[in-house]
Amino acid sequence: MRGVSRKYRRQYAVREVDLTLEAGECVALVGHNGAGKTTLIKMMLGLARPSSGGVHVLGEDPAGGAATRGRFEIGYLPENVALHPSLTGFETLAFYARLKRQPASAIAPMLERVGIADAARRRVGEYSKGMRQRLGLAQALLGSPRALLLDEPTTGLDPALRQHFYDIIRDLRRNGAMVLLSSHALAEVEGQADRMVVMNQGRKVADGSIAELRRLVGVRPRIRARLPRLPRAVANASDPWGGWAASFDGVIELSCGEDEVASVLRGLPTSARDIEIIRPSLDDLYAAFQKRAA
Amino acid sequence: MTLAFLGAAPTGTAKASGLAVTIVSLSSLTIFLVPLIALLLSYDAIVGEVDRGTMALLLAYPVARWQVVLGKFAGHLAIRGFAIVVGYGVAALALQWVGDDDSAAWTAFGVMVASSILLCAVFLAIGYFVSASVRDRGAAGGIVIGVWFFFVLLYDMALLGALVADQGRTVTAEVLNALLLLNPADAYRLLNLTAASDVSRFAGVAGLGAGAGLSAHALIGALVAWTIAPLAAATALFGRKQL
Repeated sequence: MRGVSRKYRRQYAVREVDLTLEAGECVALVGHNGAGKTTLIKMMLGLARPSSGGVHVLGEDPAGGAATRGRFEIGYLPENVALHPSLTGFETLAFYARLKRQPASAIAPMLERVGIADAARRRVGEYSKGMRQRLGLAQALLGSPRALLLDEPTTGLDPALRQHFYDIIRDLRRNGAMVLLSSHALAEVEGQADRMVVMNQGRKVADGSIAELRRLVGVRPRIRARLPRLPRAVANASDPWGGWAASFDGVIELSCGEDEVASVLRGLPTSARDIEIIRPSLDDLYAAFQKRAA
Repeated sequence: MTLAFLGAAPTGTAKASGLAVTIVSLSSLTIFLVPLIALLLSYDAIVGEVDRGTMALLLAYPVARWQVVLGKFAGHLAIRGFAIVVGYGVAALALQWVGDDDSAAWTAFGVMVASSILLCAVFLAIGYFVSASVRDRGAAGGIVIGVWFFFVLLYDMALLGALVADQGRTVTAEVLNALLLLNPADAYRLLNLTAASDVSRFAGVAGLGAGAGLSAHALIGALVAWTIAPLAAATALFGRKQL
């Protein structure tokens, strides 16, 4: 995407966004509701055209005439999966498989893969939210797409399911697929995505690995440990424990640079317990980016 | 005039004195019901799917937008065509049962079934056009009811009123012909009520059409044009629609 903007009436939904996604990469598109995530994805699918700038997906303009063929290699999971309630899970997947020219033999293993093989003969209307979401994921995975666009894929999934979902994503990445997932639950994409793209009011405010983003914001990690007895030095805040602050109940805390973490840990006495390295959560980062953008 | 037609329909069927009368009554009913059902089926076809979010997913698949429109149209038309053939077929079989054989009327009956399907196609296409051009399901529903009201009820009343007021000064036979072709419901009515002389004797009002001297080819052509034009417009609009 190059300099892409999208206006609805007079309001910009997406403003001058540059974004390149590589094969085998899992990118999280992060932002609050209305930050332009869904609009970006719709432009990648050719559902909406950019007001200015250009979008190319797998080398094609997704809104152009030749793009129909390119969509054989794209999987899409919409934000709210809307499926026909009176079809069974199997029939739903069979319908989408035919559209993608996939053999009927691909359907049963796919239902198995997302864990709803038992419910294949039941109507989608009777499905729980989690099951519908799994069925939605199944249709996106049909035909092993080279690009997967998942719009808020884990909303409404319980933690066990979510874990299973990320296992599937990891498999796909290993096979060289590009995965883009949008989310506003930041904590859960931590550790799943290689790269985070932070959106705020239609603009891209940050793009990089989580470590890079942390450096960018300049929030330092904190080390926290519990000592059996609070050393007097900490209480007086003098030399060997310089920088450490005693909080409560024998717990001490130190804020340091990322490169100092190892040496600080080495300096701790063996009697230290409950050692924690506290890094700013993604929510903290996001708050910092928003503050900076504003 | 329209109300008189509606009143004649049940009496005609009740008497069941012959296929010709049945054609008059059935086609009079068809003019009201087929467009209404076709419009109610089609107004939701595009805007409804966009609303529910199923369209976004469908268009993420390797399907061109014109394929979506034409596919839905073909499906709807097949369902309605089936219903029309079965419904009228039952009426025809019932008449055959009581022993009524008039081969000319049978041809007219075949014409009626075929043209009813064509009329259905016209209003399906109009419904698709409406569905592709608005952003809101409620608006689409309101507009198609208006469309139905205009073509099926208001147009003829206005035309009749104009004819009476004009006393044949500016509205010549040619102008009248053109005006009748501009309304697909009128084209259908003329096609059926004048198709067989036997039928037109019962139809009364269609004497207007018989006098107007429009050929069946022109009437069928008008119906086909009324199908293709809105469908093409719907496809073009939907092709440029942003979801």
